Amino acid sequence: MKKIKAGRQPNRSLAGDIGVGIVLVLFGCFFAFPLVYVINSAFKPLDELFVFPPRLFVRNPTTKNISDMFLLMNKQGVITFTRYAFNSLLITVVGTAGHILIASMAAYVLAKYRFPGSLTFFKMVTVALMFTGYVLAIPNYLIMARLGWVNTYLALIIPAFASPMGLFLMKQFMESSIPDVLVEAAKIDGAREGRIFFTIVMPLVKPAILTLMIFSIQGLWNNVGTTYIYSEELKTLPFALRTLAAGGVARTGVSSASTLFMMILPVVCFILAQSNIVETMASSGIKE
Amino acid sequence: MSYANWRRRKQLQRKFMWRDVRTYRTCYLFLAPYAIIFTLFYVVPVLVSMWYGFTYYNVLQPARFIGMRNYINLILVDDIFLTAVKNTFLIAAITGPIGYIAAFLFAWLIHELPKRIRAIAVLIFYAPTISGQVYLIWTFIFSGDSYGYANAIGVNLGLLEKPRMWLTDPTYMMTIVIIVILWASLGTGFLSFIAGLNTIPDDQYEAGYVDGVKNRWQELWYITLPNMKSMLMFGAVMSITTAFNTADVTMALCGFPSTDYAARTVVTHLIDYGQQRFEMGYASAIATVLFLVMYLCNKFIQKALSRLGT
Repeated sequence: MKKIKAGRQPNRSLAGDIGVGIVLVLFGCFFAFPLVYVINSAFKPLDELFVFPPRLFVRNPTTKNISDMFLLMNKQGVITFTRYAFNSLLITVVGTAGHILIASMAAYVLAKYRFPGSLTFFKMVTVALMFTGYVLAIPNYLIMARLGWVNTYLALIIPAFASPMGLFLMKQFMESSIPDVLVEAAKIDGAREGRIFFTIVMPLVKPAILTLMIFSIQGLWNNVGTTYIYSEELKTLPFALRTLAAGGVARTGVSSASTLFMMILPVVCFILAQSNIVETMASSGIKE
Repeated sequence: MSYANWRRRKQLQRKFMWRDVRTYRTCYLFLAPYAIIFTLFYVVPVLVSMWYGFTYYNVLQPARFIGMRNYINLILVDDIFLTAVKNTFLIAAITGPIGYIAAFLFAWLIHELPKRIRAIAVLIFYAPTISGQVYLIWTFIFSGDSYGYANAIGVNLGLLEKPRMWLTDPTYMMTIVIIVILWASLGTGFLSFIAGLNTIPDDQYEAGYVDGVKNRWQELWYITLPNMKSMLMFGAVMSITTAFNTADVTMALCGFPSTDYAARTVVTHLIDYGQQRFEMGYASAIATVLFLVMYLCNKFIQKALSRLGT
């Protein structure tokens, strides 16, 4: 077989590559707007936040907004800021890890086996995606109350484990990127289901796992969670920051700083995950 | 599906790796944790909510069965619901397909870039989704006074005689809402396409070169798209659900309720009844109708997508 050069692919025209670049740069400016805006606003002094005509870029950057935010956080109420941060971090880490494991396990058997009820179950999951969440709050609350989970972390973490979107994503992915022959070969070699799942299936769908991780972190980290939680010491970081920002016009600076602050973790995870996805060497692992 | 039916299918397909009961046991074991949580927190609430659709339920008193009255009121009496349906269909028909195609197109174009800058490019295009409630930026841009960017620029350049009430005047509302939704449409589907593109094995492209695939468009059609089929299915379902569930954008931009209900969607209508007027039964009926519409729409699109590349 011909070896493909590491650099340019042989069937790409230079003009086409330049065209792709131009299109992406033009639209990129349009889409990058919120990032630029959020970062700049966080460092704007109060007079620049209200200047007319409005300016996108900051002239005299200041860290006052950020220091104000931390100052206010420590003054607010009896609960320290670190407790809110801990709550959010706990929910995000446990919820994401559990979701990836549980959804992938279910997705694996749904993608690779047919057993009584498998097709019906999968159909139910995709259909559940289409029911609007707003009317589910009350039935969900009643169930939580009956389980005694109201005002515990469990109420935020456990439902996140079974988010329908996660299973749907993993199942679609496993269906297309895990060859049946690979699973069969492992079985002939005497591997058990559990081993096949962890050593063959999971590494092969790494891009999907990382993508699911992004979605899950984004959802859980921004979870305000006040539907099920009313003890102050169990409340989450977005809730605490929202209370700070609710202080009116005088808090505009603090609120723009807190928007930036909430974005740090998701964006860092996003970049780490994406660079990992890009580095994935795709190969079917089969030589015929 | 009945078991007998399923047996017949099994003989036809012959896709089975194992037949003995022990395999099924492992399958159910793998599925069990998900199935239990899913049933408890997703299936049961949906069924309960569908039942509420047939009741009068004000959250404080127990639900009272009233038959089809909610549905009759919804279709025959509620004028605003009609506006909501019209707006929702308009939004779904425009932003659904365009957002879906744009998500794939940008994912594919970014995949053409060299590896080193791909992660950053993905971040930039995903920015409107990752930064949370960013619609607020658009309220600054389209703010009705001369402090808004659109008015400031328009007036300074002499394009506008006086500031326009972009977000309170029904003439402009829907257009602006649609622009903002399109801008934020590179979300779930987009990222899953990025992940999917990275798992297409290189040897398929290599085989393509050997077989004479001449340019990127042929490669897209003959190799990339057929390989992305299952991801495209996923993206389609996500596009449908987001398009029909539009509510946050209109509430953030045009207010809640919006002037003359001009930007009302089915879901904002539902929120109005469920969370403001405490008519949970009526809200549940709206949710059920919306669900049926989405279900049918999804069926139609799945059928269309399954023909791709055949």
